Amino acid sequence: MSLAEAVSKLQEKFQVIQKIDFRGESTLELPSTQIEAACRFAKEELGFDFLVDISGVDNFGDEPRFEIVYELYTLKSNFHLRLKTRASEDHLEVPSVVHLWATANWHEREVYDMMGIRFSNHPDLRRILMWEGYPYYPLRKDFPLEGKPSDMPEVAFSQPAPLEGGPFVTIASPGHIEDREPRARHVADD
Amino acid sequence: MFLFMSTIAPAAYDSKIEGNVIFSRLDSCINWMRKNSLWPMPMGLACCAIEMMAAACARFDIARFGAEVMRFSPRQSDVMIVAGTVTYKMALAVKRIYDQMPEPKWVIAMGACASSGGMYRSYAVLQGIDHLLPVDVYISGCPPRPEALLEGLMKLQHKIDHERAITDQKKELLEVLS
Repeated sequence: MSLAEAVSKLQEKFQVIQKIDFRGESTLELPSTQIEAACRFAKEELGFDFLVDISGVDNFGDEPRFEIVYELYTLKSNFHLRLKTRASEDHLEVPSVVHLWATANWHEREVYDMMGIRFSNHPDLRRILMWEGYPYYPLRKDFPLEGKPSDMPEVAFSQPAPLEGGPFVTIASPGHIEDREPRARHVADD
Repeated sequence: MFLFMSTIAPAAYDSKIEGNVIFSRLDSCINWMRKNSLWPMPMGLACCAIEMMAAACARFDIARFGAEVMRFSPRQSDVMIVAGTVTYKMALAVKRIYDQMPEPKWVIAMGACASSGGMYRSYAVLQGIDHLLPVDVYISGCPPRPEALLEGLMKLQHKIDHERAITDQKKELLEVLS
């Protein structure tokens, strides 16, 4: 089976909101109500036996705000497929796919830890990198890079890091090299 | 025979034992013993730990300075080598381990991260272990070479050598007890 066949089979069976083809990679966006069934179909019928990654994207300012991206791979036919779904801030919950791919367990915990997206029916949805009880989701766009103070006595504490005018980031630009040099950037100014 | 021994009064200037007696201050003796047998608590948290392992191996051989007995129990250690990035999640665990080390104890902050947070100006990283522990020696580098760790250790030995082992610690003990 080829990638085009797999994509057309998914398009027949599910309500694909958006299909993006870029340099031989295909991305399908599905409604969050169908993502679990689509993953099951992809695994059991199309042979995507390897879940490479699950990641969250914060499109701050857009509605719905969050994207969850599933990177699938088939070891039988050797190609990738990317599935996406969106979640709004009011209902920040998507179904878990741990029962399909066991590796999804830690990937979903990481997305939950960094973005605050909950996965329903996850067997063990705890934070994975930050400590249990940390009050923020640090990879959200409205969370400052230097961090925020927090304190859990006897467990952990955190303080903002001194940035001295930073963060210094390279801003991609087609212009002159001067425009691309690292410079202080504040989210509030953008 | 018995009679012969009783006639010799043991004293330093006896010509028979003169060469084997050294007069010194008690502080100097204690410091000399302490500094030449520093048992490290290897607090390896990141890539600096690899350099620390290299320092312990044959090529650099930390045993030349009496610090080869890496103890993974804080109760048997003298110096904690904080080698690596201290995240906030790990910070209080490091403190707890330090608290379990018996006095006298010293701390080496090895590398940029342990000294100042290094390149991690981040929400997750403690900006220097000296926010939590009293650090005796800072070693620069990212990561420092094993020679740098050895020099840090020699600096610590120098520092211990000039401590007033008895009076200072007695003072601390009195402060703690009061």
